[in-house]
Amino acid sequence: MAASALDIERNPKFKQLVAARKSLGWTLSVIMLLIYFGFILLVAFNKDLGNFLGTPLYSGAVATVGIVIGLLVIISAFVLTGIYVVKANKRYDELTRQIVEESR
Amino acid sequence: MTRIKTLVSGAALAALASPAFADAIAGGAQKQATNWTAIAMFAVFVVFTLGITYWAAKRTRSAAQFYTAGGGITGFQNGLAIAGDYMSAASFLGISGLVYTSGFDGLIYSVGWLVGWPIVTFLIAEPLRNLGKFTFADVASFRFKQAPIRVMAACGTLVTVAFYLIAQMVGAGSLIKLLFGLDYAYAVICVGVLMIVYVTFGGMVATTWVQIIKACLLLAGATFMAFMVLWQFGFSPEALFAKAVDVHPKHLAIMQPGSLINSPLSAISLGLALMFGTAGLPHILMRFFTVADAKAARKSVFYATGFIGYFYILTFIIGFGAIVLVSTNPDFLNPALVAAGKNGIEAIRGGNNMAAIDLAGAVGGNVFLGFISAVAFATILAVVSGLTLAGASAISHDLYATVMKRGQANEQDEIRVSKIATLILGVIAVVLGILFEKQNVAFMVGLAFSIAASCNFPVLLMSMMWRGMTTRGAVYGGFMGLMSALVGVIFSPAVWEATLGNPKGSALFQISNPALFSMSIAFLGIYIVSKLDRSKRAQRDREGFDAQYVRSQTGIGAAGASAH
Repeated sequence: MAASALDIERNPKFKQLVAARKSLGWTLSVIMLLIYFGFILLVAFNKDLGNFLGTPLYSGAVATVGIVIGLLVIISAFVLTGIYVVKANKRYDELTRQIVEESR
Repeated sequence: MTRIKTLVSGAALAALASPAFADAIAGGAQKQATNWTAIAMFAVFVVFTLGITYWAAKRTRSAAQFYTAGGGITGFQNGLAIAGDYMSAASFLGISGLVYTSGFDGLIYSVGWLVGWPIVTFLIAEPLRNLGKFTFADVASFRFKQAPIRVMAACGTLVTVAFYLIAQMVGAGSLIKLLFGLDYAYAVICVGVLMIVYVTFGGMVATTWVQIIKACLLLAGATFMAFMVLWQFGFSPEALFAKAVDVHPKHLAIMQPGSLINSPLSAISLGLALMFGTAGLPHILMRFFTVADAKAARKSVFYATGFIGYFYILTFIIGFGAIVLVSTNPDFLNPALVAAGKNGIEAIRGGNNMAAIDLAGAVGGNVFLGFISAVAFATILAVVSGLTLAGASAISHDLYATVMKRGQANEQDEIRVSKIATLILGVIAVVLGILFEKQNVAFMVGLAFSIAASCNFPVLLMSMMWRGMTTRGAVYGGFMGLMSALVGVIFSPAVWEATLGNPKGSALFQISNPALFSMSIAFLGIYIVSKLDRSKRAQRDREGFDAQYVRSQTGIGAAGASAH
């Protein structure tokens, strides 16, 4: 390998890659944490919230708001992961390839 | 109902496994008549997977082959294998059983068990793949003094694996006794022997393919069951829910949160253990080294998240299907319990963990029931194989090759040590499985997750993200996390009161899972000790960060990534 680690770290493309990865990774992590702990707190405080999660989905329905929210949390985990993979495939791999190329 | 409550208030994460194994663990599983259909189907699975092991054995020559299948698994295949590791018998039978008895509460566990995966994708998968070779200790010790970190990581791995393995073994024995009508001891020995054969001869190649095949069978079987249930209700979930509410003794209460989570503190602590324990399980982390590069690692978690999420939605439908089709059908109820005045939910044949199995009989007859039973057995086998391989790798790669031989071990010797370690771990697992037959081991899975979240995960994350971490900081912080998780679980209501028989309310910590505290202790320990560390080694540790960082981000120099 021709370039040292410090050289690579000075490469603007490396800085770009790191910045992109950090902002996307942490943003999505925080969103996931908020969704999940939001759900857990809704469950924990359900009684104080007047059984919000047990509210019928529409008048006369047996399905409740809680069931739909639970399923949405499951789907959101998949969707967020999907967003990450699409964005990462688009940006990281090309940038990484260029950095590796330039460090030879 | 009381069982569910104790289980939940106490066993915390163990609830992952414990609903499934509650009967098993309590030693209450009654032996069933020998089920020949199930045994025949399982025999087919065993013959087929032994064939794969034979094929894998011929191509498992190098250490890389043995530990990581030579990095030749594709992202999609690895996604299935990861999902397979996660869709254990506990989550299949346990969550559907929990939905069967309590409805909505089952969903809380499904959700908690899934949401760790996105975090693994966003923060861990790619740098892990870029830095590691065989075990997660490769990553955690990358720029540090090898011996102390390896010893700590190996402790974290072995303790996690041991507790997880005992819980699986005890569950396996009872489940097989119930499903196949085999004796408990024979069942445990059978699991132990097959697992040793898969791992020693076929290494990671065989372990991965066993896991992939089982994942496909389980997904196909669960899909069929959910389809048949929904088909009976014209594919209207509302109609299914309406009928379930009508026949379930708790009526509308099954559509809303019950008594599962009572205090917000407990809820958050449990949530943390669920979420970050996933990111610290050694047998799962090891899977990331079986793919070619960071891109494949990223893809594999995406597929895994999809499969697992889909599977949990299926178990939810299966649980509700069982309420409607099993609890109302006298064929699937225990006549003695019905005569004693129990309702349909309580009187289910074999206990609530059998909800999914009995539903298989209700929608697909005896042959399908045999199929699902065989798949449940296969599931246990595949999961214990993965666990054992992870434990054996910690012994041979981290302790033997790196610590004892200072990285100078001969590759063939290392593989031999690994196989011996597998054999010993297998024998220990069988012996402990038999010894613990009548014990309540539900807390052990909770313990495994807490330790993974409080020791393995903080050290791994900080080593990759924080320049300031030093060898001393990692070792102190890691052990503090491990010890506090251990102490927190022992003095929790589940172990101190329910298992050790001390009076109610006497437990030192009235919280079901220690993760909130033990994780904080680990992170704080790493931070403070590293900050105070003025040694020469600490300076080298910090200086090593640049090289590690570049590799973790770009994969330059990563094992296997450039092997073309």
